[in-house]
Amino acid sequence: MIPAPFEYARADSVGHAVELLGAEDAKVLAGGHSLIPLLRLRFARPSLLVDIGRLDDLRYVREDGDRIAIGALTRHADLAHDPVLAKRCPLVADVAEGIGDPQVRHRGTIGGSVAHADPASDFATLMLTLDAELVAHGPDGERTIPADEFFVGPFESALGPREVLTELRVPAVGGGVYLKHVRRAQDWALVGVAAVRVDGGTHVGLTSMGPTPLRASAVEQAVADGASPADAAARAGEGADPPGDVQGSAAYRTHLAEVLVRRALEQL
Amino acid sequence: MTRIALDVNGRRHEAEVEPRSLLVYFLRDELGLKGTNVGCDTSSCGACTVLLDGESAKSCTVLAVQADGCEVTTIEGLADGERLHPVQQAFHEQHGLQCGYCTPGFVMATVSLLKENPSPSEAEIRHALEGNLCRCTGYHNIVRAVEAAARAGA
Repeated sequence: MIPAPFEYARADSVGHAVELLGAEDAKVLAGGHSLIPLLRLRFARPSLLVDIGRLDDLRYVREDGDRIAIGALTRHADLAHDPVLAKRCPLVADVAEGIGDPQVRHRGTIGGSVAHADPASDFATLMLTLDAELVAHGPDGERTIPADEFFVGPFESALGPREVLTELRVPAVGGGVYLKHVRRAQDWALVGVAAVRVDGGTHVGLTSMGPTPLRASAVEQAVADGASPADAAARAGEGADPPGDVQGSAAYRTHLAEVLVRRALEQL
Repeated sequence: MTRIALDVNGRRHEAEVEPRSLLVYFLRDELGLKGTNVGCDTSSCGACTVLLDGESAKSCTVLAVQADGCEVTTIEGLADGERLHPVQQAFHEQHGLQCGYCTPGFVMATVSLLKENPSPSEAEIRHALEGNLCRCTGYHNIVRAVEAAARAGA
């Protein structure tokens, strides 16, 4: 399958990328592991691809006060083995190691995965669960978008057409659990669950349980009120809107969410 | 058309490509390197795995323009004349293939794995080969081949 024709331009700075994105129907290309499959299926038909893949100054993980700053072009493979993450936010490294397969992790980037806003993305759910801050550059300069405002709909983020996601800022937190159910190795999560303690509260996020990644607010409230993992997990489906498809019905996904939330809370 | 220059199996190539050209078709159709197979065309099966700057990548999910300036190694670039690469030799000796279609991808994924982890456990081998599918159900012998290649210091 061959993508429909498009023009191609390689950005040599973030500012240059923003400039190039002024063209109509332009799209950012990072590692390409979300976008190229869509191009091949012709679900995406941009007129111009703006390749930011050579902006090596967007590949980093560094401590920044009580937050960890992650450059948007940091690859899954690098996150999985990053010494700063191993010490300050190991859940990000754990999730990175479970994405796709080694070939995907060698090319795919955290910024590309999050900006793609796929409700089945492990990293999107993780950013929402960690209350991450997402830094974007656009024609009007830099702005910081809280993760709970970033995911607008399926494959739709709060990024404007000329904005580039440049950095993801997560809190330094120990522990945390991410569990997902997949039918086969390397599959997307049929359902994923993130659970982590942030600032004394328990945060729980859900993958593939609605049009965007979701927070399981009813579960979080139940945990805060002292419910057992089993009792709290029974509320995993509240407020969710899981899809039903050939992979599994909505009812099956809700069942999986309850089971995985219970296991995650027990392991937390 | 966009001009690219890249090293493939140690040889410099310059070409004009359409931006939408996928690396795997550039390798097969422009350079005639047909050892890299197209299996699923959906980034799943790993038959098209090559090394891009020394690391495994699915060449059906890389645009040729993204490989500009990179070093690419395909299955044709492994053997030293008539002498097979140790990973190829191990797949041969352990019968790590049946029909052979997935084999170039498995071999390239294995070369990449052993570079990152020279003595992987069986569990690590199975995890590292998740991106490659074999429809002849030859996984057990493939894992044995990777273990043998690791022992041989591939």
